[in-house]
Amino acid sequence: MVSDGANNTMAFPRETVLKVASLARLQLTPEEVDLFATQLGATLDYVARLDELDVSNVEPMVHAIELTNVLRDDVLVPSLPRHDAVANAPKTDGKYFLVPAILES
Amino acid sequence: MSLCDLSAGTLWRKLQSGEVTAVAATTDYLNAITQFDGQVAAFLHVDRDTALAQATNLDAKRSRGEPVGLMAGLPVAIKDVLCIKGEPTTCGSKMLQNFRPPYDAHVIEKLRAADAVLLGHTNMDEFAMGSSSENSAYQVTHNPWDLSRTPGGSSSGSAAAVAARMAPVSLGSDTGGSIRQPAGLCGIVGMKPTYGRVSRYGLIAYASSLDQVGPFSTDVTAAAALLEAIAGHDPRDSTSVNQPVPSYTSTLDQPLQGLKIGVAKEFFAEGLDAEIEQAVRTAIDVYRGLGADVREVSLPHSKYSIATYYLIAPSEASSNLSRYDGVHYGHRTESATSLNEMYAASRGEAFGPEVKRRIMLGTYALSSGYYDQYYVKALRVRRLIREDFDKAFADVDIIAGPVTPTAAFKIGEKSDNPLGMYLADVYTISANLAGIPGISVPCGFTPAGLPIGLQLLAAPFQEERLLRAARMYERETDWVTRKPALA
Repeated sequence: MVSDGANNTMAFPRETVLKVASLARLQLTPEEVDLFATQLGATLDYVARLDELDVSNVEPMVHAIELTNVLRDDVLVPSLPRHDAVANAPKTDGKYFLVPAILES
Repeated sequence: MSLCDLSAGTLWRKLQSGEVTAVAATTDYLNAITQFDGQVAAFLHVDRDTALAQATNLDAKRSRGEPVGLMAGLPVAIKDVLCIKGEPTTCGSKMLQNFRPPYDAHVIEKLRAADAVLLGHTNMDEFAMGSSSENSAYQVTHNPWDLSRTPGGSSSGSAAAVAARMAPVSLGSDTGGSIRQPAGLCGIVGMKPTYGRVSRYGLIAYASSLDQVGPFSTDVTAAAALLEAIAGHDPRDSTSVNQPVPSYTSTLDQPLQGLKIGVAKEFFAEGLDAEIEQAVRTAIDVYRGLGADVREVSLPHSKYSIATYYLIAPSEASSNLSRYDGVHYGHRTESATSLNEMYAASRGEAFGPEVKRRIMLGTYALSSGYYDQYYVKALRVRRLIREDFDKAFADVDIIAGPVTPTAAFKIGEKSDNPLGMYLADVYTISANLAGIPGISVPCGFTPAGLPIGLQLLAAPFQEERLLRAARMYERETDWVTRKPALA
């Protein structure tokens, strides 16, 4: 039935893992890179069953309730006070979010 | 006698009539948490003083002769995915270990307005990704019926708390079965409403086109009351639907005449345990005995639902979870010097393995060159899955079947096998893809004494019909009176 992920199908080689991790801004340990190559390969093998279907004439269904253009009146409403907005920041001076230097000197 | 021995619906009615005070109910449930949660590990955070203060205020309001809200002081446990202002809200993740929301989720506002008592936050798989609680960054929750087994997930603590009678009702969220699957494995009632029925404002996002908040309860009556309290339009969630909320509790006890029940042959195929099948078929016979017309229906694309889900949900998750950047809230690494290093290291340090796997899978499925092949293809198959349900519901009112292919599995049994864990959601996932409501109702026990759930599904916004159908079955059986030896 379903591959249990024990055999690496190479559907997801290490280089792909590293490239995708970089796109996702996600640092992985070498062990995670190896593990994900195997596990994500098995998952991609499994989802390949969708190729059995010809869906070229089926419209993609993005949402269960297919709404368009939900609009509201353009009026000002109160928003989060500044103090509350920065209260959970890992680094803040009480007014701004502090980040490492963005531009190289 | 402890008030925890009453079914949730009975307690709720006694609170409404004033026969029982909110302080008495809250005190008994807080005592039950003290007594049992050391073994079950359902709660991440219990705020005793705040809960008792809410109960005291409600009782005072009642003694002044003021009208009391729908929940009338009923204690409610809350999955840690829902923001409660000023209270720790971690989503089961190290990423949000120190996060205290600056606002209440819409459903929390609704519960406060309805005079519920909030007991605290319950354990869950990290960011609602998982089926066993083993992906929680904090603790593993145990099934009250057998502590060596999982309560299911991702709303693990909310289900286990109700099953162990540490809360009469609770809130969970269901993206692929995360309410119905743990309800089934814990022998309680759990319901996923129609997508859009309940606002997602303040629900920490996993997969936004699938996520929906819903109730757990020891019985159908209190589940109906809790849904009635939380449902309704909210302009802050643009997918929340502006349709009136029926009074589910006032029609609940009216049986449905001429009920047509569909049995999907695909839900009784390979992989379903014989003991589960037998209990579910016996439950369907109960409906036959009540005069229901039972007929076969077909959901031919249901075999593609897991594959479809595991492309769409990770894709949405990879986008949603990009907000955890170490800047605005959440964990930030100590080690990085550049901005890019800071992003990657903060995320790498604070996300657990399953969250990383899904971010990776989703990023891949959305990436240039693969977007059409994976993500868009899954969206096309999603429509076929929805159309199967539309056709079936042209013919029947309710589709009945199992919630899970097996009873509760052992903790650790599937933890090294992500794909094997995904398959535990085989019967619940298609309702999320289609956006339809579903409910899990207790329908028996395995010879080993583990609970079995009956899943009922209905067409969009047919919650009233679904609850009445569930109640018809509940009245004919005594499963809801069973509770684990521990409680």
